[in-house]
Amino acid sequence: MSTDQPRPPSGPPDDDVVRHPFGRGSRGEQPADDPADVPATVQEPEPGEESPEPAAAEVEPEPEPELEDESREVRASEVQAPAPEPAAPEAAGTRIRARRRRDPLAAALIGVLTLLLGFAFAVQVRNVGDDPQLAAAREEDLVRILDDVNAREERLREQIAEQRTALEQLTSSGSQTEAALEATRQRAEAIGILNGTIAAQGPGLIMTVRDPDRAIRVADILDAIQELRGAGAETMQIDDVRVGVSTAVTGEPGDLMIDGRPITSPYEFVVIGSPQNMETAMNIPGGVAPRFTSRGGSVEITQSDEVVVDALRPLDTPQYASPDTGD
Amino acid sequence: MIPILGLAAGVLLGLLFDPTVPLWLQPYLPIAVVAALDAVFGGFRARLDGIFDAKVFVISFVSNVVVAGLIVFLGDQLGVGAQLSTAVVVVLGIRIFGNAAAIRRHIFRA
Repeated sequence: MSTDQPRPPSGPPDDDVVRHPFGRGSRGEQPADDPADVPATVQEPEPGEESPEPAAAEVEPEPEPELEDESREVRASEVQAPAPEPAAPEAAGTRIRARRRRDPLAAALIGVLTLLLGFAFAVQVRNVGDDPQLAAAREEDLVRILDDVNAREERLREQIAEQRTALEQLTSSGSQTEAALEATRQRAEAIGILNGTIAAQGPGLIMTVRDPDRAIRVADILDAIQELRGAGAETMQIDDVRVGVSTAVTGEPGDLMIDGRPITSPYEFVVIGSPQNMETAMNIPGGVAPRFTSRGGSVEITQSDEVVVDALRPLDTPQYASPDTGD
Repeated sequence: MIPILGLAAGVLLGLLFDPTVPLWLQPYLPIAVVAALDAVFGGFRARLDGIFDAKVFVISFVSNVVVAGLIVFLGDQLGVGAQLSTAVVVVLGIRIFGNAAAIRRHIFRA
């Protein structure tokens, strides 16, 4: 710019000379372009000396507008940033519009943030409210509380162990009770069979005694019963009358009675016990069967694996005796 | 209006779900809440002053929470977590008080 401007007005050389010093290249150009002028310039030291001053004065205004422009720009930029209102109303208007355009996003962000804050607030309050005593307690107190809790836990554990032992005892005693009950039931059954209060079945024999002469006596029947018992008879019945511990045989020959109930010939003995032993015992010489035959009767013995004694005796309830508790 | 709605909804949700705070978050949650409260008070004050800017609010909110959490985290690492928590709460409390005073002047003109 500076080099182009001075060239067209080539007439006034002073101006050229004056202007060029600011551009370094212009001085070199001058002598090259116009060698004839060189002495002229040399010959005029005074105007040359003088010329720089006005040149400087002239030059100064040239950069000034540039500076001014720059400063204006800087100021404008500075002004726009901090205070948009005085700088340019148009810019402010666009900025407001921009804000309004951003509004939904900002509103959403604010809403989300405040929502989070409220959530965290409530959670924190609820959390602290859980156990304010512990939260406020000092360390030593906390240690003491921990000790207490530990001791309590130990006590509770001991209680659990005790209860468990008690439960085991109760369970085992329950089983013991059951076993005792079972044993008692078995004993009751055995006694009932012996006593004639319940029906019984098992191996045994059936002995049929005929007494056509009506000569068999009470003692003969009694001997037969005793002999059968001695041979291991466990329970028996004679003509559908059960024979028990207190059974009585009464009456006259031909009109015999057992426990007051008449029996008639043939007398049928149904006995549970060892069949072989009892038959052998009956047939002993001079024993029961020979005596029956000697009275003119006949004896027929049939062994069986399965005989049923189903006649029952009423239970004799003791009127005076009571169980001895053993105290 | 939105902030109030958001706060109310958040509180309701928190009371409704009542989640357990994970252990690692327990030291930071109260500090974060206080920091966020500070931001909210500042935003309210700015609104009353007429210089509320959503961008400023959002950034200050997030940065408040993050910085407060970081300070407490640092304190935990250095072994002075409790003291630094107290410091953060004190500073934020002072700021909240200042903002509250400004808000009060706006509302009650006193």
